[in-house]
Amino acid sequence: MDLATLTVHVLNALLYASVMFLIAGGLSLIYGVMRIVNLAHGNLYAFGAYVSAWAVGRALGTSTEASLWMYALLPVGAVAAALLGAVLEPTLLRPLYRRAEEYQLLITFGLLLILEDVMRFVWGPYPLQASALYEALGSLTIGDSIYPTYNLVVIVVGGIAAAGLWAFIYRTGFGVVLRATSQNMRMASALGVNVNRVYVQAFTLGCFMAGLGGAVIMPQQGAVLGMGVDALILAFVVVVIGGLGSLEGALIGALMVGIVREAGITFFPEIELAILYLMAAIVLFIRPAGILGRA
Amino acid sequence: MSAPGVAPRRVLAWSAPVLAALIVLPFLVPAWQTVLLSYGLVFAIAALGFNLLLGYTGLLSFGHSAYFGAGAYAVAFIVKYAGLESMEVFLLGGVVVSGIVAALFGVLCVRYTRIFFGILTMALSQVLWSLAYKFFWVTGGSDGLRVPTPTLLGGLVRMGADKQDFLSGPYYFYVLAVFVIAVAVMWVIVHSPFGKALQAIRDNETRAEFVGVQVWHYRWVAFVISGIFTGLAGALWVPLNGLTTPDILHWTFSGKIVFFTVLGGFQTFFGPVIGAVIYNYLENWAVGYTVYWQMVLGVVLVVLVLALPAGIVGTVKRMSVRAAKAA
Amino acid sequence: MSVDILKTTQLSKSFGDTHAVDHVDFSVSAGEVLALIGSNGAGKTTLINLISGLIPPDSGRVDFQGSDITHASIHRKIQLGIARSFQLVNLFDQLTVRDNVTLAIFSREGRTRRFFSVADADTAVRDEAAVVLKEFGLDGRAGAPAGGLSQGERKLLDVAVAYALRPKLLFLDEPTSGVSTREKAPIMDIITQVVRSGGITAVIVEHDMDVVFTYCPRIVAMHQGSILADGTPDQIRNNAQVTANMLGTQSG
Repeated sequence: MDLATLTVHVLNALLYASVMFLIAGGLSLIYGVMRIVNLAHGNLYAFGAYVSAWAVGRALGTSTEASLWMYALLPVGAVAAALLGAVLEPTLLRPLYRRAEEYQLLITFGLLLILEDVMRFVWGPYPLQASALYEALGSLTIGDSIYPTYNLVVIVVGGIAAAGLWAFIYRTGFGVVLRATSQNMRMASALGVNVNRVYVQAFTLGCFMAGLGGAVIMPQQGAVLGMGVDALILAFVVVVIGGLGSLEGALIGALMVGIVREAGITFFPEIELAILYLMAAIVLFIRPAGILGRA
Repeated sequence: MSAPGVAPRRVLAWSAPVLAALIVLPFLVPAWQTVLLSYGLVFAIAALGFNLLLGYTGLLSFGHSAYFGAGAYAVAFIVKYAGLESMEVFLLGGVVVSGIVAALFGVLCVRYTRIFFGILTMALSQVLWSLAYKFFWVTGGSDGLRVPTPTLLGGLVRMGADKQDFLSGPYYFYVLAVFVIAVAVMWVIVHSPFGKALQAIRDNETRAEFVGVQVWHYRWVAFVISGIFTGLAGALWVPLNGLTTPDILHWTFSGKIVFFTVLGGFQTFFGPVIGAVIYNYLENWAVGYTVYWQMVLGVVLVVLVLALPAGIVGTVKRMSVRAAKAA
Repeated sequence: MSVDILKTTQLSKSFGDTHAVDHVDFSVSAGEVLALIGSNGAGKTTLINLISGLIPPDSGRVDFQGSDITHASIHRKIQLGIARSFQLVNLFDQLTVRDNVTLAIFSREGRTRRFFSVADADTAVRDEAAVVLKEFGLDGRAGAPAGGLSQGERKLLDVAVAYALRPKLLFLDEPTSGVSTREKAPIMDIITQVVRSGGITAVIVEHDMDVVFTYCPRIVAMHQGSILADGTPDQIRNNAQVTANMLGTQSG
């Protein structure tokens, strides 16, 4: 394999990893702070994709030419997902913190069902596309291959998100509060931290990340029903590998999933999904908490 | 099961009239109603199996469609590859295949609880679903596989000229008989020392371990039994449906099983049974009204969790206990 | 010379930089009733967790009746005859008081694997449970869900469940904590009565020094992961180090 082809494969892996990091990182962040797994998390990713697709679609109208300012519309999906999260946490999740965990799973499962149909209702059963945005940035030549420039945008966004999140959590005051609450909620509360507020903020941030994942990959993949559950299961594979509750773990897991998937598709296209599940199964056997997990 | 076990005599007391009604029903209502109820009874068997894990062992599975589908496809494969059409063979095949699948998946899943367990079960059933799609030359892909009406009781009872007559007659009674046996067997299981051990694990895993109950092992056995009951339901379902498709392996079907169990009340023995039957009627009615059936399910589930966590049967039970105290 | 039913040799466990249990040599003779005291963080519960199998030791050895059980599973240890109660009550809250005890009995008899017999129909087990409950003064609450009992009753039930396993060695982790002073003596009376009549060796972790001095002929004091002193109540009372480290903070 020559360097150019290898570069393309690496970029593809990083592309996939970027999106997976955003989704799984959001899931892990929420779990790390609140000990909650939102089964509808994948649907927030889907919601972000749909809202962005809709916004871009309206901006494009019937034209197929994308103007640069339209890219600024993409984050709309992330913001929408964040807002949705900000509404959902206090209404649906907070009443259940004192109850058995099963209820939390049940209610988020109900939420998953609701969101699927809401998206179907609002945007119809057919996929929404905004490929104009994908194509407008053109492509690069890498060796003999042509590589879409937009993919690099996604990778950069993923990288910025990872760096930004790291800085946010380890370098800001709010990050300290987040970490304190995640390590010992009662203690933090006793020290005056408004735990309810931290929870809704953490949840919103996690949903923002998921929505951003959906928004940023939407030009390439479109927004399609069912993408939410697929994403949830893949995010699960990532956190199994990286450990639930660890952002570094989500990053490592996302990278590994990206690499394995790319390798799998290249050499054994038929069993791509199976390889990922196999990897997750192996990690589960050897190190149940994941590589960096603390579940 | 938390309350001092409903005494066997009381259970028999009110189940006798219910059973009588079920037996007499086909002679009183149109054939399609009887067939509809057959579906309800089939789902009730699946719910019984599912609730052994949820209500009694404290494990919430989002992947029970895997065992229902395993049972259904086992039947379809028996028809396709062995050319057999005996219901007894179908049931045996369904039980064996779903048992094996549950045993394998169980080994992986029962090491975890709660969240991990839930997502893992969901992921595994999705794997089966995607396999059913991919290997279309074996499974018929999205078209699925047809299954003709079977013979019952070792070939003694065969379909006559009219399929509807068969399904609403002999087949209904067959399903009813299996249902009654399944209920009786599950009742004994949950009231056995094994059943108590499961409840102990549900209530306090650490203490269960320290009382000498090997938690992992018992959870696995419960998982396998649960899978077998659900697989049995799947095997009974296929002849009714005439066809099996990957849809019943999809997570949305698992969601239905969760839903009707919670609807009926997962903290009681009969809750899931009643929830399944009620759900069956609800779905049949509502599907005619709206395409957004999933949303309705979701909303009801949310409402159930927030307002009525004991489900229908559980709430009725609580209300009657309160009424008895007030009296 | 009485037989050592339990012996630990250089048993150690650290959590990060903290030596929770630091090369502890500890032995117990068959039939003894001893108290394990020490301030919070001294290592008492960790020591019990190590011996009972809840956590694995970093190094060292545990011998029970001559066999090495250092790395044996919890299940194995229970089969060999080690049982424990818990500081924070650990019961099967949704099961009845009676069922909590019958479960221990079924488990002891190896009957929990049976799923084709109805548990309530087994009169022998029910009768035995009734006897145990009576010994613990809980027979009046036999049919109530364990979650609905008072704290004192729950503490007793916690011990009763461990006792129903008919162990040879019983660890009681703070059996009177969280209970009013009035209730402590009756609880300890029941426990010591039950333990003595069954010939059970008991190791009792306790903070209440009145309880300790009244009920336990041997006291082992721990401090920062090591054994500070080991002797009779008088010896312990007169031990300057113990007094300095612990008794001052324990109001009697």
